Order: sequence, then C-alpha cells, then structure tokens
Amino acid sequence: MSKYTEDDLKKELETKEYEYGFYTDIESDTLPVGLNEEIIIAISKKKEEPEWMTEWRLDAFKKWQEMSEPEWANVKYEKPDLQKISYYSAPSNKPKYNSLDEVDPELLETFKKLGISVDEQKKLAGVAVDVVIDSVSVATSFKDTLKEKGIIFCSMNEAIKEHPELVKKYIGTVIPKTDNYYAALNSAVFSDGSFCYIPKGVKCPMELSTYFRINEAGTGQFERTLVVADKGSYVSYLEGCSAPSRNENQLHAAVVELIALDDAEIKYSTVQNWFPGDSDGNGGVFNFVTKRGLCENNAKISWTQVETGSAVTWKYPSCVLKGKNSVGEFYSIAVTNNFQQADTGTKMIHLGENTKSTIISKGISAGKSQNSYRGLVQISPRAKNSRNFSQCDSLLIGNECGAHTFPYIETKNKSAQIEHEATTSKIGEDQIFYCNQRGIDTEKAIALIVNGFSKEVLNKLPMEFAVEAQKLLEISLEGSVG
Amino acid sequence: MLEIKNLHAKVEEKDILKGINLEIKPGEIHAIMGPNGSGKSTLASVITGKEEYEMTDGQIIFENENLEDISPEERAHKGIFMSFQYPIEIPGVTTTNFIKTAINETRKAQGEKEMSAKDMLQKLREKCDLLDIDQKFLSRSINDGFSGGEKKRNEIFQMAMLEPKLAILDETDSGLDIDALKIVANGVNKLKSKDNAVLVITHYQRLLDHIVPDFVHVLFDGKIVKSGGKELAFELEEKGYDWIKEEIKS
Repeated sequence: MSKYTEDDLKKELETKEYEYGFYTDIESDTLPVGLNEEIIIAISKKKEEPEWMTEWRLDAFKKWQEMSEPEWANVKYEKPDLQKISYYSAPSNKPKYNSLDEVDPELLETFKKLGISVDEQKKLAGVAVDVVIDSVSVATSFKDTLKEKGIIFCSMNEAIKEHPELVKKYIGTVIPKTDNYYAALNSAVFSDGSFCYIPKGVKCPMELSTYFRINEAGTGQFERTLVVADKGSYVSYLEGCSAPSRNENQLHAAVVELIALDDAEIKYSTVQNWFPGDSDGNGGVFNFVTKRGLCENNAKISWTQVETGSAVTWKYPSCVLKGKNSVGEFYSIAVTNNFQQADTGTKMIHLGENTKSTIISKGISAGKSQNSYRGLVQISPRAKNSRNFSQCDSLLIGNECGAHTFPYIETKNKSAQIEHEATTSKIGEDQIFYCNQRGIDTEKAIALIVNGFSKEVLNKLPMEFAVEAQKLLEISLEGSVG
Repeated sequence: MLEIKNLHAKVEEKDILKGINLEIKPGEIHAIMGPNGSGKSTLASVITGKEEYEMTDGQIIFENENLEDISPEERAHKGIFMSFQYPIEIPGVTTTNFIKTAINETRKAQGEKEMSAKDMLQKLREKCDLLDIDQKFLSRSINDGFSGGEKKRNEIFQMAMLEPKLAILDETDSGLDIDALKIVANGVNKLKSKDNAVLVITHYQRLLDHIVPDFVHVLFDGKIVKSGGKELAFELEEKGYDWIKEEIKS
C-alpha cells in the first residue's frame, strides 16, 4: 500500500484539465483589433443602433480614456493590452431563428458538450433561454408566453431598437458610465447582452435564463445586462457561462444592472465557469465584472453566485438599498484551484430606513490559488434600524493556497445592527480517510465535503441550476484518480 | 476470512507492529486487548489501509486476497469496516447522504446499480428500528455536534447499513457511559451472524461483558503475547497488564 499524502492529493487536484475546453467552428464576422472612436462608431453601426446610443458609447469612451486600471484588488496579473482585442465578433450566418431547430447544429453540439440541452431545459424546467454566443443573441425561446404577460426578455441590441424609452430611462442609472475603469470600457464597447422588463404587478411565471460563452479567439466579451422589475413584480433570472480552452488571456468585462422598483423582487443567480487557465497558470479568462442592483421601497434583490472559473476574478455584486424596508442578499461560492485568483464579495449600501442585508460567502481554495472575500457594509446616517448579517467561511485544500477576508464596515447610524462571522477550515487527511474507509474514493470524498460546505448557498439556487453547480464544483476540484 | 501473517508495520520511521499472527473465521468474535501504546489502533489502521502506516513485512489476507496494494476504499468495498475511535465530523453532509454515497459507491465497485430511493428508505427505517435510533438523527450533519455516545452509535448504524463481513471496533467503548455502552454493544450483537466477524479492540474488559468474544488476544509491544478464551479478559481485568509483562520476562 503506497503512501497517500497531502502532496499527492494536491497533485491530483491540479491535474484536472478544463473539461469544457473545446472550440466551436462557427463562421464569424470580426472587427479589426484595437480601440478608438472609429471602432466604437463601427460597433454601433453594425448593431444598427440609434444615434443616442452611439453618443452614449462615445461619451463613455471619452471618460474611460481619462481613467486608469484599478490596482487595489488582491490579485496579480499582467494587464491585458486593450489595443490587441477585437471588440466585435458575431456569428456571420446569422438569420434570426424562431425555433432551436433552425440553430446551427454545431452550436447545439456545443451545448451538448456542456451538458446543457436547451431543448431539455425548456421542457423540463420551463426555462426560457436567450442564448448569447459571442455577443449576438441567436435564439430566444418562450417569447410568446412572456409576451402575453407583457414581459420583455430580449437581447440588449433588440431592446435598444424596440424599447428605446425603457433602455434610455434605466441604462447606466445603477452603474454610471464612469463607475470604474471596466464599467466605462463596457459602456463604450458593449457588444450585446440581455434586457428584461417585468411590468407592474406581474410575477414572471418561469426562470429566465441566459448562457454566455466566449467563442472567438482573442475576442473580449463585453456583455451588458439590464433587468428592470416594475412595482410589485417578481423575476428569477439565471446566467451561466462556460468558455472554450484558449492559451491567450481573454478579457470579460460585463456590466449587470438590476432595478427593483417599489415592492418588486429580483432573484439573480449565476454559475460562472470561464476557462481558468491550465495547471501551470497559462491562459485563462480575466473576469472583471461590475454587478449592482438598486432597491426602492420594500424591494428585494438577491444575488446568488457560483464562481468556479477564470484566471483572475474581480467581482462584487452589490445592492443599493435606497428604499425603506428594502432587502439585499448575497450568497456566494467561489472556488479557486491551480493558479486562479479571485477577489470577490459584495457591497451592501444601506440608505433607507429598516433596510436589511444578508451575506453568506463560501470560499474554497486549492492548488496554489488565492481566494479573497472583500465586502463592504455601509450604513448611511439616514438608514435607521438597518441590519446586516455576514458570514464568511473559507475551506482550504492543501498547504499552498490562500484564503483572505477583507470585511469593511462603515456605519454612520447608531441604531444599526451588524454581525460578522468568519471561519476557516481545511479538508484534512482524516476526513478523507474516514470517507475512504466507508468505500468513498478521494475524488468523491472531496466533492462530498465541498458540497456540504457549500450547502447553504447551493440551496438558494433554483433546482436545476443547483445540480449543474454541484457538477461544476466537482469538475473544478477533482483530480482524475487513476 | 482474515489471516494476518508475521505483520510488521511502522509509522513515521517507528516500528510499531513486530510480527503479528492472527486468524479470524466467519462467525467469530475476537478481542485484542493491551496496554496503551502496544499497537492496538495501529493494527486497525493497517488492516483498513490508512496511508501513514507502512507495512514493512508480512501479509494481510482477506477472503483469500492479499491486501497489500489495495486502497482503503477498495478494502471497504470488499467488506472491511471500522468503527472509528474518534469519528470525523463532516459539516453540511447529512448522515443519510453520507451513508447513501457509501452504499452506492460500494455497489458501483461491485458492478451493481445504485440502490433505489425506495429501498434505501426502507433499509434506513429498518436499521433505525433495530438500533433504536430516532429518524431525525439521519438529517443531521454527520458527527457534527454529536455527543460521544451519538457518534459511536452512528458508527454502529453505518455498520448496520453497510453490512460488512469484518467489523473492526476500535476503542468503541471509550468515552461512553454505561447506558450508551449497552446500546452500542446491543447493536453489535444484533448485527452478528454466522457469516460475519468482529474484531473488538479495547483497553478495558467492560465492553467484553456485553460483546462476548470467542477469543481474546493480548497485544504487547507490537506482538500478540498471549491468546485465550473470554476468561483471559477477566484475568487481565483482575491482575492488570503488569502480570503479562512479568510473564513475558520470565
């Protein structure tokens, strides 16, 4: 019986190659690399956008040029050369599809490899899926059902053309163009994304789902999502991603804005699986994302995220609790392995009275990775009787990874109640041997322990998403035991 | 069923087992007794294949198969079970989920299909009744916040669910009061049959009042120095381990 040490365990964890690494050969129409005013005008033109949008983009670009890349995050990476990126890429054989049968079979094959059968999802879960591959929506399903309720769920590009009054009114209101370097860049060059509007008093009858993928070599993806829940409405919105294996760094700088008007509720769930780089730390996606929601009176926004991918992640889904009695929630699982670096967390900005927020963050680090939780709880002078509960748990696998917690609390109202709990634990050889002795191999044992650790957050995900998330956790952490 | 021949083993370069010979047949209960540091728990760890324990000589044959290159989980699949002296906590993993995974992994290894949810539920109920366990217990995270008695009872419950051929009870009596001890012993007795075997590892004789062994072996300094029937346990209790030491010297 050979010795099985923690070093072996670590090695196993590192040898798991990216399972979803493949490249779909779809004809693409790509703009030349580089970034300048002409390129932005060209993007806008390609998308047949109205002039106000072109102006909006150019204004963002102007402001972006005066900004510099943030360096405060606990991550180290070589800054991407933004002049070497092509800012637009769209599948060229691109008629609008009415049904999935018309979709490029190769694309459907891609979904099969991902284990996501769109058809099946539609049938099983009643999920309307708006597929975004390299920036252009190629299929939107369940549109008719949604139409009856007055729900708008379409690509951003379409929304700009079909519902300019809504887009104009809300875009950039939660995340201003100048919010940060990458949000400004996104505002200038965003390629497409999803738009969703739930009318007053309407409860969206199904989970709305979008799958993002980076598909074209060297294409940065700049998605933009805007979800508006009008007074008294409800929507559960899902976003998931998986990127093909690539050796060069790819940039993903998305912006997601959620707006919950009085008495509305938005549940936003995401599973992120961008290519993390290989086990030597080469390649991988840079994920610099700005996500923020605004809650009016009695409104509620909850973010649930499962982050398993990316070489570098920089992401803080936040809630601005502007209205009285509004509620913000953040449930997160962030997994890092090999050389991955994640600096992720949330900001809960309490502006209104009786506002409440909950933060549950689970960080899992393996290999030589670094996993940081960064969170801000801010109570403004007006936010009487507001409350926050934060819990940050870290799980370490092996001796070479790191877990860090940076909780910031700023309170300017004495009536606020803030609680913060944090734990750090390690998967030990004893736990693994205990499982082994019961007939559970090491790979399965780690999955079991990690799932147990993540359970509070996994439980917040919609059922079918939770299953996928569990699978992703296993893929990201398991080694192929011989 | 189990045949141990001239077993030598070391931990961190320290020789602990120095030539153990032991044979266990189906239907038998064996007890290994010995003072602290004699190698009792090491023996259990070596049989189950714990990685830090290195076999340096000898053989362990289980069901006519040499276990030398067999991983701990494969040994479990073949029917070796250990009730841990210190059962491990796994937060967030329910007892049901843990046992379900263990059973299905074993079935998978044996080329069988997963147990259906219906059969699983029935079996869980049956064994709960047998061991007088409240079903609410099953939804708790395994060993997380359990009392000493609950942990040991959970071990025996897992044993009932997994139905091993050979059950090794490593210091199962440690940390138990007399009531808990009776419950655990009672469970083991109910699970005993002519086809399975039990190896009880204990420092004290009191557990053997309730789980009555067919054979008692005294382990001292990595070797079995004396074997006998259950009366040997009483003798040890009465005279203490010094008596054995004296006997070895002379």
